[in-house]
Amino acid sequence: MKIKQILTVSIIAIFSIVMLSSYISLNSESIIKGYQIGSEVADINLLDVDNKMVSFSDFSDAKGFIVIFTCNTCPYAVASEDRINALDAEFKTKGYPVIAINPNNPDVQPDDTFVLMQQKAKEKEFTFPYLFDESHMVYAQFGAAKTPHVYLLQKEDGKRIVKYIGAIDDNVRKASSVKERFLANAINELLTGKEVSLKETKAIGCSVKV
Amino acid sequence: MLFFLACAEKKVDSNQKEGLNSSDNKIAKTHTSTKIPILSFKELMPLLNKNNDSVYVVNFWATWCKPCIKELPAFEKINAEYKEEKVKVILVSLDFPEQLEKQLIPFVEKRDIMSEVVLLDDADANSWIPKVSEKWSGAIPATVIYSNSERKFYERSFTYEELETELESILK
Repeated sequence: MKIKQILTVSIIAIFSIVMLSSYISLNSESIIKGYQIGSEVADINLLDVDNKMVSFSDFSDAKGFIVIFTCNTCPYAVASEDRINALDAEFKTKGYPVIAINPNNPDVQPDDTFVLMQQKAKEKEFTFPYLFDESHMVYAQFGAAKTPHVYLLQKEDGKRIVKYIGAIDDNVRKASSVKERFLANAINELLTGKEVSLKETKAIGCSVKV
Repeated sequence: MLFFLACAEKKVDSNQKEGLNSSDNKIAKTHTSTKIPILSFKELMPLLNKNNDSVYVVNFWATWCKPCIKELPAFEKINAEYKEEKVKVILVSLDFPEQLEKQLIPFVEKRDIMSEVVLLDDADANSWIPKVSEKWSGAIPATVIYSNSERKFYERSFTYEELETELESILK
């Protein structure tokens, strides 16, 4: 009887340690650092504004994805809305659809509720999925720090590989003043079989609110 | 490229201050004026690289950034309480320049912000974010604390105690 108890306690203890250490490694590797250039991206399964769940695997014909972490009210996100629609129009037919994800917690940022996301998508006539990262796991996995924050993915041997991280272009505030379209250039390089020359850029954004 | 320094001056009704209702208090109003310089990054650079016996706490923020607004009192308190110890707070606003008079100046006046406020107007963030710190993703709030011998960068929010701890580590 006693031996059985000791055994049970030991098993629980070992199990806890294993669980705890895997949790810690998840924190230090995936959550804090997030995906880097060359990382393989796990599939997602998030609720879209049309109440359907969306995964990368739903897009069997896509060559890759333009993943944009964005939200309803961050002025930089708002300033980018038309450009995100334009990117989807330009690159969806070429195999790179836009997948927008709102990472914010509406309890912290009340303007970012799912209902307000639906309103935004309707008003701005979003042509792309606008997904709600309700559990805040996806943004953490990516390592997205702010909105807007772009990750360009390319399918390679059935895997989704990160090819570019950063800004849409060199002028987040004013589309008409853009000189360099970082993201579009990267996609065009991939489309012509080249390596992305500028793999990472920085942009000012609103910190993710969770 | 031509860089120029624009100084915007705007008289703001004191009835925007707390405790007074707008339209009804026209008689009670007095005029104050707040100057907030609009700087390109090139013009901001000297503020990030002063070489004297002071310690500078440079905070990147915006009026629409909730965590920034939340931590603002901590920076104000540091600016007030560490004046004698040659600590200077510089609040670098990333508000859009067209919001300067409508948003930023009324905000600064309403809150009686005493720290130096400048507005950074430089759209090509990719070129200047790494010059503030290689570690900066670009999310705000972000803070640089520097002296002539040491420089630290933080992409995070602060309470007063946390900010004081970091400042003390540089003041030693």
